[in-house]
Amino acid sequence: MIAVVDYGVGNMFSIRSSFARVGENVLITSDKRELEKADKILLPGVGAFKDAIGKLRDTGLDQLLIEQAEKGKPLMGICLGMQLLFERSFEYGEHKGLGLLKGSVEPMKGYVNKNLKVPHIGWNALHLVKDHPLLKGINEGDFVYFVHSYYARDCAESLLAVTEYDKPITAAVAKDNVMGCQFHPEKSGNVGLNMLKAFCDL
Amino acid sequence: MITKRIIPCLDVRDGKVVKGVNFKGVKDVASPVELARKYSDGSADELVFYDITASAENRGVFTEVLREVAKSVFIPLTVGGGIREVSDFERVLTCGADKVSVNSGAIANPRLVGDAAKRYGDQCVVISADVKRVNGAFHVFVKGGREDTGLDAIEWIHRCVGEGAGEVVVNSMDADGMKTGFDIELLEAVCNIVNVPVIASGGAGSQAHFVELFKKIPTIDAGLAASVFHFGEIEIQDLKETLRKNGVNVRR
Repeated sequence: MIAVVDYGVGNMFSIRSSFARVGENVLITSDKRELEKADKILLPGVGAFKDAIGKLRDTGLDQLLIEQAEKGKPLMGICLGMQLLFERSFEYGEHKGLGLLKGSVEPMKGYVNKNLKVPHIGWNALHLVKDHPLLKGINEGDFVYFVHSYYARDCAESLLAVTEYDKPITAAVAKDNVMGCQFHPEKSGNVGLNMLKAFCDL
Repeated sequence: MITKRIIPCLDVRDGKVVKGVNFKGVKDVASPVELARKYSDGSADELVFYDITASAENRGVFTEVLREVAKSVFIPLTVGGGIREVSDFERVLTCGADKVSVNSGAIANPRLVGDAAKRYGDQCVVISADVKRVNGAFHVFVKGGREDTGLDAIEWIHRCVGEGAGEVVVNSMDADGMKTGFDIELLEAVCNIVNVPVIASGGAGSQAHFVELFKKIPTIDAGLAASVFHFGEIEIQDLKETLRKNGVNVRR
């Protein structure tokens, strides 16, 4: 069973529908015992880093996620959920993340060409950096859907795929059992569904 | 780089997809669920699901139809029609929408765009403007295009973006249903003043119209149409091939 962490952020409807499409029933929960029992954990997230990490800390879910990841349970973050896996974020100040992956989250403004629109919204191509079972249904150049204003950097250790928005932007990461993607697999058509299926099959 | 998006719009009334010509004389096309699935599995980059009568008849989006649509759609889904308060955002977001499009509601409630953007993020708030020329000026119309607000469209859009709208849909009422091409003059005027994605709507009748749109306005992000896609006059896959041949970056 895959448990999806319900901490008051993110579009659970789409997550549930897309897992259902690949034949997997997920449990959307904030119950620690359920999360401990689950085979895998998915951490979604939309909105601001500070609010999201605050909600995880207030409920003690941050410690639970760290413990479960350290025990070797597959943990995947999507979008802001991926950003939360890193050491720190510089979104409106400096905030500590879960620290499960090396790297930080920084604004795209000031990094990409100033003529480009931020947030980076739309379909962009994946360029594969490293092989990983999560990418088994994904090909070089496949398009996925992004919506974000911040990006993960200094994460060479876990980098699986980037996209180009004038500069390389971290698109997917994994280190051992901890992984994530900046794009929205639940909104990326068949390419995204393939990745969710690959997560189910891990 | 980001691709140009092709977006079919499903105008829905009484649970069926309809498309008016200049907003009058609407015809039934098909079930929104069927069409949405076809588009999501095909090459559409996004869908807009719009309850066209909500604003006139004081009716909310049919959440049941929306739920069914959202279950079969694995591309971004924007929902509009009858969005007047922040609670309307919640209502459609919990039924599977990714973005919420506001039209009349933003005029009736000037705080709506800002409040929703703070709560759900800029990327979630789309301002949709029905624009028509009145004595040589661009005016914003509401109530499904029946009422002139007298507001200057360019100023209005600029203000909404300043308050947090993360995307703009510009629907030219002069071009809508005419199939004579997008309203380049209006769209250029909007693209020149905002730095968020702009979606062109109204006037598409052929593949050449999309080529013209993306070639003439390099900063436009997407082209939206309804009947030409629903009736199969333009197959999105063919359209994308044509765009690619003309040097426009689109998703395969």
